[in-house]
Amino acid sequence: MGGWAIAVHGGAGVDPNLPKERQDEAKQLLTRCLNLGITALRASLPAIDVVELVVRELETDPLFNSGRGSALTEKGTVEMEASIMDGPGRRCGAVSGITTVKNPISLARLVMEKSPHSYLAFSGAEEFAKQHGVEMVDNDYFITEDNLGMLKLAKEADSILFDYRIPTIGESCSSVVDNPPLQMNGLPISVYAPETVGCVVVDRQGQCAAATSTGGLMNKKMGRIGDSPLIGAGTYACDLCGVSCTGEGEAIIRGTLARDVAALMEYKGLGLQKAVDYVIEKRLDGGGKAGLIAVSSKGEVAYGFNSVGMFRGCATEDGFMEVGIWE
Amino acid sequence: MGWAIALHGGAGDIPRSMPPERREPREAALRHCLQIGIDAIKAGRSPLDVVELVVRELEDNPNFNAGKGSVLTSNGTVEMEACIMDGNTKNCGAVSGVATVKNAISLARLVMEKTPHIYLGFAGAEAFAREQGIETVDSSYFITPENIERLKQAKEANRVQIDFTQPIQKVDEDASLLKGDSQIGTVGCVAVDGKGNLAAATSTGGLVNKMVGRIGDTPIIGAGTYANSVCAVSATGKGEAIIRATVGRELAALMEYKGLSLNEAATHITNECTPKRTTGLVAVSAKGEVTMPFNTVGMFRACATEDGYTEVGIWQNEPCD
Repeated sequence: MGGWAIAVHGGAGVDPNLPKERQDEAKQLLTRCLNLGITALRASLPAIDVVELVVRELETDPLFNSGRGSALTEKGTVEMEASIMDGPGRRCGAVSGITTVKNPISLARLVMEKSPHSYLAFSGAEEFAKQHGVEMVDNDYFITEDNLGMLKLAKEADSILFDYRIPTIGESCSSVVDNPPLQMNGLPISVYAPETVGCVVVDRQGQCAAATSTGGLMNKKMGRIGDSPLIGAGTYACDLCGVSCTGEGEAIIRGTLARDVAALMEYKGLGLQKAVDYVIEKRLDGGGKAGLIAVSSKGEVAYGFNSVGMFRGCATEDGFMEVGIWE
Repeated sequence: MGWAIALHGGAGDIPRSMPPERREPREAALRHCLQIGIDAIKAGRSPLDVVELVVRELEDNPNFNAGKGSVLTSNGTVEMEACIMDGNTKNCGAVSGVATVKNAISLARLVMEKTPHIYLGFAGAEAFAREQGIETVDSSYFITPENIERLKQAKEANRVQIDFTQPIQKVDEDASLLKGDSQIGTVGCVAVDGKGNLAAATSTGGLVNKMVGRIGDTPIIGAGTYANSVCAVSATGKGEAIIRATVGRELAALMEYKGLSLNEAATHITNECTPKRTTGLVAVSAKGEVTMPFNTVGMFRACATEDGYTEVGIWQNEPCD
């Protein structure tokens, strides 16, 4: 065994003009979360506990798009989703349509451990949360001033996500025809909330785990489910690796991105970094933009993205540590 | 090369002692749906149209657990799910928590074609259905005396899913399955045309006595449903096992990354990747091959290929023909 390793992300697709102080805040949060995970790993917590702990911290901090600080639906409400997977036994739990649970990732863990099912959604998931005494808050708790402003901008910038026309080129951003901006998920990147937070960990025993949590798309249709709660798309862990993805959800679902990292290692014999590079290059068809973080049971850590930037950090037991946003 | 089509009406512990009056209508329904698919594919309809058409027919048939015939949640309500995927483009659409849409599979196709998203659930999916003007029905269409009785039996046989704070116990399915009820069933169809275009579709009412809000493998791309340029897959059985094993994508990955044939990959999944008594699947390849393995006692299934082969069956090695 090669020792523990951990990686975290705060979403792929970053506005290249993001102010320096916002970049610094993001890096500080990523560093704090890494250190939290490292301390837990040194205290010999199992991988599954560490990913939950770190994602809770990311959810609780309003900076990234999950928990408090989640992107808003077209109605101005928050609908969160999350999933968690434990490599040993490939046990998993997922939730969607969460509106009052403070930490959706912990509810996903309860679904994994305390229900006969793998995935609960909307009122059934909320009911399950109440029965298990999970901490609940008003929906307002999740809504930040920043996000109310972003929703307004998103509505002005983009008609795609609130009617059902298939976007045609030039139509979605007619107000800025002379200089079409970078886009993520059909939104100008300046009003796009990077889609998720996630954490992957391998512990000293070589056990991998992965967790992903999100508020979803800014200005999304009520009821929209993205890649984050889908096992094999946004999240996957097995005996070989743990993976958490972020970016354009629909491209990640079509590419079954997380599962394919594992499948390439298992069936094609690729190493972790090669498998990550392969899925970013080959499995994101149609120009989809995404990124992912991954660890292997051997204690390796890897990340990859084809978007403009990804908030991420990683560390290994031998002292390597990196926090970054751009390539 | 040549066209091929396969469909299923669910896998599970289907007792071999199932009386003829229960068995025969289901065999007849499988034959009927197979013929509809064969006719459509011979008429040059696209595989995507064919799988939707066949699954609609299976949904309308009360003998299977999807559409009319869907099983009930622990609250006595219906929450259907469905998913459709086109192999060439990998475009896909899925819905969960659908309560009033007559054909959930057609709603999944509308999500694929008319929204920027892939997957809509619950109130959002119902609202979208109304915007699109798709046929809806009163919930009494789905909630029949048979379903209410089935739920009652499930509640008596098994308290797991009512009181989920208790440790998971072995579910006693035999009681209601003795009558041949498709408790954990699903319906699905996969098709390939003579040009190698592929599509897959799956639809279900879920588990009898499931918790409200439970999502199974059916709507999850890569688990219950998957299609790409190599193969198309629709799985059925215990949803949680199928999700964990990402059965749909697994089949394609074994072919693409390990070079296995369709049949080798499918048998590997039912033998090695999923626990006994949990999983069945139907799949076709771009070359026009077909396979229908299962590790449950039985699977309601049917298939046909362009070279004239057809099979309709329920148990191992016992095609009805």
